[in-house]
Amino acid sequence: MIYLQLFYEFFKTGLFAVGGGLATIPFLSAMTDKYTWFTKAQLADMIAVAESTPGPIGVNTATFAGYNAAGIPGAIIATLSLVLPSYIVILAISRALHKFRDNIYVNDAFGGLRPAATGLIAAACYSVMIIALSGTTLFGCIDLRHLILFALLLIATNIKRLKKLHPIVFIAVSAAAGIAFRL
Amino acid sequence: MPIKNNMDMKDKKTTYFDLFASFFRIGLFTFGGGYAMLPMLERECVESHDWATRDEILDYFAIAQCTPGVIAVNTATFIGSKERGALGAAIATLGVICPSIIIILIIASLITSFASLPAVGYAFNGIRVAVAVLILNAVIKLVKSNLRRPVSVVICVIACAASILFDLSPVIIVLSAGAAGIAYGYFGRRR
Repeated sequence: MIYLQLFYEFFKTGLFAVGGGLATIPFLSAMTDKYTWFTKAQLADMIAVAESTPGPIGVNTATFAGYNAAGIPGAIIATLSLVLPSYIVILAISRALHKFRDNIYVNDAFGGLRPAATGLIAAACYSVMIIALSGTTLFGCIDLRHLILFALLLIATNIKRLKKLHPIVFIAVSAAAGIAFRL
Repeated sequence: MPIKNNMDMKDKKTTYFDLFASFFRIGLFTFGGGYAMLPMLERECVESHDWATRDEILDYFAIAQCTPGVIAVNTATFIGSKERGALGAAIATLGVICPSIIIILIIASLITSFASLPAVGYAFNGIRVAVAVLILNAVIKLVKSNLRRPVSVVICVIACAASILFDLSPVIIVLSAGAAGIAYGYFGRRR
């Protein structure tokens, strides 16, 4: 039964998440409200792992989420369900690539889809920020030490010379800070 | 591999193994997906094999962004289907996701067994802050590139508010935004 639910949820994610890996996060966040597969805090951890390991972020997160929900079979089912819709859609349009891309209605639809995807990712970002800043007490008051680390990282990731660094560097530094200051 | 006909004699036919191996390497050696994988894609598909030109790869990227799903996967499906049809597409797609499945399963099982250590807990509390910053930076970039028209700003704000305040399903939000885009374009042209 859980496998069917996983298939349904990740197929839906693959079908409606437009614009790459990060667009899957709002869907995963919605799953935390519906099922007990993983918590929002675990979702943030999964994103961290997905960003620091090779492979597309969307696929990595789906594998991890599936594993948390139902072990190894869950991981495989979630990942395959995520890619199945793209596989079908791409096969269908690959014969008429340019017709599809130049289609006026497709272009109009994406004029609405891209800003909506941006808004959805912003909403997911908001819930990750709440969890990240409140520390261990979920939705408690904001922990000042977390806020300081957040501000420092935000500045560091936007300094020209550090910007180009791989995200794994910032993740490693903040893991070290977490251990050093017992966050 | 059975030879079906002699029409493609001048080009050595791409084997399923080649497709799998190339996309396995692409999945294994790219961090982050999206545009980060462009150099690796070019190396495997343009330089090592004659599967696509540079321009075609950029075309695939553009179309992959206008279709649902993960961009890396979409590009793999495109090239696989161009070379060896539906089965080739399936094999290329499996190739690109296999490294992720293997690596993530190893890490996921390790994390589950070390999760009770206090140090791991502290480390992840720090990591969550970094993730929040990384996603915030991504959102800022998306806002800059996707919100160039007033109507886009309106759609973005409504989508964000509907998700945070009303917990509306992302499916409904995505479908309504697509419909709104089509309607806006249609009535915009009529005027």
